Formats: sequence, C-alpha cells, structure tokens
Amino acid sequence: MKKIRQPRRWEIWLWPLVTAALLLAVWQYSVLWTRTNVFPSPLGVWHGILGLSHEHVLWADIGASLRRVAVGFGAAVLVGIPLGLCLGWFPALHQVVNPVLEILRPISPIAWIPVAIVFFGVGDPAAIFLVFLGAFFPIVVACVGGVSSVPPLFRRAGRNFGLSNAQLLRRVVFPAALPQILIGLRIALGIGWLVVVAGEMIAVDSGLGYLVIDSRNSGKRYDLVVAAMLIIGIIGLILDAGFRTIERIRSVRWGFRHAV
Amino acid sequence: MSLPHTVIAASAAKPKLQVTGLSVVYQSNGKPLAAVEDINLEISDGEFVCLVGPSGCGKSTLMNAMGGFLSPSRGSVAIDGETVSGPDRRRILVFQEYAVFPWLTVEGNIGFGLSKLPREEREQRIAHYVELVRLQGFEHAYPSDLSGGMKQRLQVARALAVNPDVLFLDEPFGALDSITRVLMRAELLRIWQAERRTIVFVTHETDEAVQLADRVVVLSSRPARIQDILTIDIPHPRNISSPRYLALRDELLKMIGLAYEI
Ligand SMILES: Nc1ncnc2c1ncn2[C@@H]1O[C@H](COP(=O)(O)OP(=O)(O)OP(=O)(O)O)[C@@H](O)[C@H]1O
Ligand SMILES: [Mg+2]
Repeated sequence: MKKIRQPRRWEIWLWPLVTAALLLAVWQYSVLWTRTNVFPSPLGVWHGILGLSHEHVLWADIGASLRRVAVGFGAAVLVGIPLGLCLGWFPALHQVVNPVLEILRPISPIAWIPVAIVFFGVGDPAAIFLVFLGAFFPIVVACVGGVSSVPPLFRRAGRNFGLSNAQLLRRVVFPAALPQILIGLRIALGIGWLVVVAGEMIAVDSGLGYLVIDSRNSGKRYDLVVAAMLIIGIIGLILDAGFRTIERIRSVRWGFRHAV
Repeated sequence: MSLPHTVIAASAAKPKLQVTGLSVVYQSNGKPLAAVEDINLEISDGEFVCLVGPSGCGKSTLMNAMGGFLSPSRGSVAIDGETVSGPDRRRILVFQEYAVFPWLTVEGNIGFGLSKLPREEREQRIAHYVELVRLQGFEHAYPSDLSGGMKQRLQVARALAVNPDVLFLDEPFGALDSITRVLMRAELLRIWQAERRTIVFVTHETDEAVQLADRVVVLSSRPARIQDILTIDIPHPRNISSPRYLALRDELLKMIGLAYEI
C-alpha cells in the first residue's frame, strides 16, 4: 500500500526557493542580454531596497498605506457586515437592493478615482474612500451568502430553544455564517491593498503607490519603482497570511476546507 | 388487534400530550397533498411511544406538528392541556441529521439552552448531562472531532439539558451503523429510565420499536392515519429472544403488513 507522505520540512522551503531563484536568474540574464539601461537588474533592485530602507520616507510611506487600508477596510467592515446580515436575513429587502449592488459591484474602484476627488478633493479621504469601495462589496456579498446558506436545521434547532429573532441572529445565524464571512473579509482586505496603491498614485502624495509613481517621475529610478513593487507584494502577502491565522481559530475552523 | 393486558400508561388520569383530529395538508405544486389525516392520540407523562410507518407516510410531519414547528390544517395538539402554537423549549425535537452546532464545543452545545441560568447552575447541569450521555473527556471537543454516534448523543444531551416536558426524536439513529444503533438504543433507554421524560420516537425499524416503546403507534401509508396501536408490556431490560418479545414483534410486523418469513 502506498502511504500518503508528508512533505519533509526542507522540501516545503526548497522548491519555492528554487522557483524564485530561477525567476531571478531569468530576469538577471534578460537584463544582461538586452543591455537595457532603463530596467534594473535584481541586484540593482536589491540595492534600491537597501537604499530605501535607510530612508525615513519608506517607513512613512508604508505606514501611510497601511493606515489608509486599515481605516477604509475597517469602515467597510463596520458598514458592510451589518448591512450584509440584514440583507441575508430579509430576502425581500435583498431583492429590492440587489440590482443596485449588482450594478455598482463590477465597477472597478479605479474608475471611482475622479468621483472620489470630486467628493473629497485630493487627499487622504479620497484614497480611503477608494479602499472602502473596494472592500465593501465583497464583504456584503459574503455576508448575504453566508446568512442565506445557514442550514434551516440550525435555525430550527435555535428556535426550538426559544430564541428571539435577535438572539437567533447573534447565537445561530452569525456563527454559522462566520466562516463564509471571513472568506469575504480576506478577499476584501486583498482588494483594499490593491486599491490603495492605485489611489495613492493619483489622489495623494504619500504611501507606497506614490513612492512608485514618484520614483519614476523624479529621475526615472526604475530600480526604486521595482523595489517599491516588491515591498507592496511582500506586505500584501504578510496581510493575507495574518488573516489566514484567523481561520484556524477553533470556533470557525469547521467551516474551512483544511478542517479535519 | 387486542391485547388482554391493561394499558397502564394510557389509563393515567390526564394525558401529557393530546392530539385531537390532527390533519396536515401541504400545498405541493399548487395541489393539496394530505400528509397526516385525523390523528387522535393521547400520551401520558413519562411514556415512551414509538411511531412506525412506511417511508414518506407523514411521520416527520406529524412530529413537526406535535412539536409546534408546523401549524395543523385541522385539529390541535395540546400539552398539559395547553394548545401548542409554536416551537417551545418545553418540547425539544431531536433531528435525524446532525443538528449540533459545529462552532460550539460539547459543553457549549449542551449549555446552549441554558444561557439564562446562573453560571454555577449551568455548569452543574452541563456536567450532569455530559456524564449522562457518556461524553466525559470530550467536554472541550468540537463536533467535527466526534463520531456520528457521539454527535447524536450530544444532540440528545442538548435537548435534555433544558428539562423538556416532551422529547421528540425523529429517527435519531437513522444515520448510524447497526452496531452503534444498538448501543444508542441501550443508552437512550438508560437515560429515559434515569430521567423519565415523555418520549415520542419515530423509527422504521420494528426491532427498535419493540425494544424501546411502551406503545407502538403504527401509521398507514400517506396520508398517515393511525392503523393500530401495540402495547409492549414487557418490563425492561427486555430479553429479545423471549417468546413474548418475539410474539409482539411478529404482531407488529403483521400490523405493518410485512411477511416475517422470508
Ligand atoms: N414542506 C412540504 N411541502 C410539501 N410536501 C411535503 C413537505 N414536507 C413533506 N411533504 C410530503 O409529505 C409527505 C410526508 O412527508 P414526511 O417527511 O412527513 O414523511 P416521513 O414519514 O417522515 O418519511 P421518512 O420516513 O422518509 O422520513 C411526503 O410525501 C412528502 O413529500
Ligand atoms: Mg421523516
């Protein structure tokens, strides 16, 4: 019989590292081969990252981007979860609101940039508004879906123990929908991080998005452009990984696929 | 059919549960579909009654109406003389499917209906029922870590913990394998003897009915009507190879209309 073999510890690290190294090699070779003097080599980018990290401005930019995401995402959570729970709870209300949601939802938050600037002027609130928009819809959709897919059996059991509507929502429907809501929150956070960079390129003069565009505009420093891009990627990865640890909390783990 | 034995349970002064002229008609694709028709039944306090009948005859419908989850089209259900008009924690339904809450631990599930009790009393009650359904050592486990039989015992414990007057069990062991089912029967009997609740139990297994019940109510195929009632006058523990047991089981098989010589 064939045993299901757990990958060894070093294997978990080895193959991704090999892939990354190969990619870097291809990149380095392409730069040498094309003799470009605009696009930086990996080594150039590495120096760029080191250079940036010694400057106060990088940390200020990271802080600014994270703060905008935190505020925009936080607002989307505060508004989106109650709204989504309500819409899931009252299907009639959902039917009324849904067409509007469905029209607004596919509009990229980027397309909202001009509107955001008209509303809020150039500055922080505009960027935060864009993050809010990006995060809001996935949260609402996840909550509606989560609530309406709670097995009727759970509701019936809850009712049987004499719960009122509010209690049923708090003690049965919300915890039953929570895994699905968390998935929505994770997607929303990812979108928020995507959107903040775009917003910062136009609406403000700080943050990682601004760093990218500013590095280009002030002296075509493409080593810094790519360095900022990589930093954006790494922070996005860390945010996602952080959120994933929430999925391992015991009271929600049953709803995720890796639950055993 | 008639048995010479007096029906002790049913002769008690006031019935715990009284079903009068109960009918349930569903609307199915715009057409009326009678699921339960003119059921009259009295169940006394502490009695264990089994409902048997062919699949789809309306057993769950009858249960749901008795439990207040479904309003009858005609007739009424009364518990302690009080008409049933909706779900109530004084009568708890245990479902065939695993209806324990996966986001709560064993303790959390058993304590689900006890949130109004003071903390100390709640913990005592939880500990008592953990022990009663033999889930010691699993107090902090989540349902995903329990076997099917343990989940159903947990569901029974959650139901018993709120001190219901009547416990409705709708094929609670239907999803379990036959060995586990036999064990669960013994557990349920032990619990019933310890706590003396009124139990209405749906099953489609004749053996299960004859092993557990004081009375077996045989329902006709849809719409469910009471076809026969069989009183099982064997004291517990029941010897399942005694002549009396076998005679009663044959009687039940005959009522259901199944040949018992295959
Ligand atoms: N909500 C409903 N709407 C319409 N018809 C229904 C509904 N629920 C049940 N029925 C019908 O009523 C009949 C009785 O159903 P019920 O679930 O009570 O049967 P049952 O005896 O419990 O069956 P089983 O032994 O398979 O559990 C079936 O024919 C079913 O199709
Ligand atoms: Mg049924």
